[in-house]
Amino acid sequence: MILSDYVAAVLLLVGVFFFLAGTVGLVRFPDVYTRLHALTKSDNVGLGFVVMGLAVEAESWFVVGKLLLIWMLVLLAGASVAHLIARGATQRGVRMWTD
Amino acid sequence: MDRLTLVLWIFDSVTGLGLLLLAGWALASPQLFRGIILFVAFSLMMSIAWVRIDAPDVALAEIAIGAGLTGALLLAALSRLGDSEPTQESMNRPIERSYRARTFRSLTASLLAAVAVALVFLILALPGDSEGLGAEVAASLDASGVSSPVTAVLLNFRGYDTLLELLVLLLALLGVWSLGGLPAQPVSPAVLVLDTLARILIPVLLLSSAYLLWAGTHAPGGAFQAGAVLGAAGVLLSLAGWQVRQRYTGVTLRLLLIAGPSLFLAFALYTIVAGQSLLEYPPQRAGVMIVLLEVAATLSIGTTLAALFVAEGPRNKEGQ
Amino acid sequence: MSSVPLFALVGAGLFCIGLYALIVYAHLLRKILAINVMGSGVFLVLATLADRTVNAAPDPVPHAMIITGIVVAVATTAFALVLMLKVAEKTGRAELPDERTG
Repeated sequence: MILSDYVAAVLLLVGVFFFLAGTVGLVRFPDVYTRLHALTKSDNVGLGFVVMGLAVEAESWFVVGKLLLIWMLVLLAGASVAHLIARGATQRGVRMWTD
Repeated sequence: MDRLTLVLWIFDSVTGLGLLLLAGWALASPQLFRGIILFVAFSLMMSIAWVRIDAPDVALAEIAIGAGLTGALLLAALSRLGDSEPTQESMNRPIERSYRARTFRSLTASLLAAVAVALVFLILALPGDSEGLGAEVAASLDASGVSSPVTAVLLNFRGYDTLLELLVLLLALLGVWSLGGLPAQPVSPAVLVLDTLARILIPVLLLSSAYLLWAGTHAPGGAFQAGAVLGAAGVLLSLAGWQVRQRYTGVTLRLLLIAGPSLFLAFALYTIVAGQSLLEYPPQRAGVMIVLLEVAATLSIGTTLAALFVAEGPRNKEGQ
Repeated sequence: MSSVPLFALVGAGLFCIGLYALIVYAHLLRKILAINVMGSGVFLVLATLADRTVNAAPDPVPHAMIITGIVVAVATTAFALVLMLKVAEKTGRAELPDERTG
């Protein structure tokens, strides 16, 4: 293994950690709003790290561009869909969790 | 190397187990909504399996069609079903709860378990290696006009399959229309975020559709994946409350719907008249003919899928 | 591919799970889901068989057939869903009438 392999591995592992954290939040948080919060925030960061890790190993700049495009599309779609879900929940009168 | 094999084997086992569990949960879920969401998750996991068994073309088709469009169709149907379903209880009702019904269910389960065991033995008894038709496809790939083997099979070697498939799609839409279609969904007030998302994503979807179409000649991709992305663009527009002007829902819509099948039929007639067998393109022109066919098929598939989602009859299309 | 055709076995399992749900559940939407799961099982078996080639690219013919199959499946699903909605409109519930009572 050369240095770039180690860098990629560390970046991928950090990404996986954020995904894991987001998934734990999805399972453990009490209501739809907090779950959305956990899921969208940590998954966006996690995917960012995964994309960076893959970009280190990419064969050409063209591939790096494609990876970045994928990340931006997921950011856009994830943020919009999270908003729509939260909006739908509010309109149906789903109460926010209060302790 | 050995360690990598082990890791991949574990990964495959987890994927396989996940598929079985997700399918079971999706079908047995008390709430239909949850069942549909689990089914979409199942489809996404299926596409991981497709990649693992070296079928990237299928993985693309599964994501776009199996997860995306089928999920949208199911959710739209569920929301239309809404009022006619009296209680949650009846949604989950197996045929009956009586003693007889329970006997029937356990009998079915044991019979199917026997079928499963038989299938497993059959699969394990198959020879572990088989040449398949890969070598033959590779040998005649040069004459097919494209360099992607799957596209060569779909549009050249077994073009009649694809022709009939386009007709099946058209037939399904005609079936929906001849049932009178569905009443228009009440137009909800435009949601700014959804509208903006549609405005940004539609050009991206059109671009990726064209890219998939172009890539299909030499890499995974092709008319079906491109058509599915095009159809998804239509679904997104319809969800965001956009409507097609009435003057395009007449002849223009119908021309788009039949573009693929009719070009296919024209080429089939041409090859017969030219003295070859059905859909046997002359090798020097095969590449051009396939690209033309793929463009027409993509337009038709995309339009048909979007029309199946909207599902309104052609007459009561004042709104759409 | 590994020596055990793992995904073909999964495919057989999916087929049986889907068939069981198709028989047992009365709600038509659930039956449509079940048919889709059965189809996925069949496709998995087909694709695993295409991947038995030793040291060569997998057989493209089954792959092409599966793509055709997926598109046909979505078309029939769309048609079946509309039929289901028509049944629900007429009878008030998305189930086929019982032979004994109706």
